[in-house]
Amino acid sequence: MEDRDNELIGRLLGPAGPEIGCDACFEELDRYVDLEAAGKDADAAVPGLRAHLEGCPACREEHESLLALVREDQGPAS
Amino acid sequence: MTPATTTVPGVMRTSSVAPGTRLDPESQELLQALTGSGRAYDDACARLHELLLRAARFEVTRRARSLKGAEADAIATEAADDALLAVLRRLDDFRGLSKLTTWAYKFALYEAAVKVRRHAWRDRELPVEPDTLASLHGGVPGPEEDVEMRERLGTIAAAIDEVLTPHQRRVLVALAVNGVPIDVLAERLSTTRGALYKTLHDARAKLRVQLEETS
Ligand SMILES: [Zn+2]
Repeated sequence: MEDRDNELIGRLLGPAGPEIGCDACFEELDRYVDLEAAGKDADAAVPGLRAHLEGCPACREEHESLLALVREDQGPAS
Repeated sequence: MTPATTTVPGVMRTSSVAPGTRLDPESQELLQALTGSGRAYDDACARLHELLLRAARFEVTRRARSLKGAEADAIATEAADDALLAVLRRLDDFRGLSKLTTWAYKFALYEAAVKVRRHAWRDRELPVEPDTLASLHGGVPGPEEDVEMRERLGTIAAAIDEVLTPHQRRVLVALAVNGVPIDVLAERLSTTRGALYKTLHDARAKLRVQLEETS
């Protein structure tokens, strides 16, 4: 119950910090994901994208999928 | 001094890849073929479509497990076709800051995700707003430890009534309370995801300011 309320409040108020919008997120998503997959600091390279993923479920799903797909291409970590 | 194999020699005139940008060999080869012509171009398009179809199927399988095989396949194929057009149209925008496959995948994932969301809601009316907003004010009385949380939700509900425009309120309630996917709402309101998110973002900012002032 409390978790559900907390999630609802999170959805209502969104991320606290500055965030980019959906269009900028789409533009930067491939670079961000390739940096993540390479173990680099993607958040330093694209500030505000992580916060946007917190506030936007659609972009969040697409980010999850792109990262998973790129990781699948990379094959099992050796 | 940079070896030709790690730069983009022939394509600089037709792509936005900055001179000297290091592309991986696979991206370089595919990009070159896609900015070329004839048989090599056709082959590259076919290869690109295959990549896009794989990404679209990946997304449809992840997000719509309940879809029947033929239906899922139709959505994935349509998404890959749309993504191919988008990628070819926007090839000039590829700046070489990621792998070309990663850049192309995102178009297929986007097209597939939007179609899956819209498909899931195709026969559903958007929830009627006032009923669902009322649940924030009180609804079912919870156990003792929920009192504080209930109060907080009540404060937010009051702020929604006080400071948001009708459009901001409608968008916030649909997206944050009723769980309407943003692409479904964008379609019904004849707008875009980006524009709706901007409205959502402005509404959230107003609420935060109001909550700070009233606390
Ligand atoms: Zn977004």
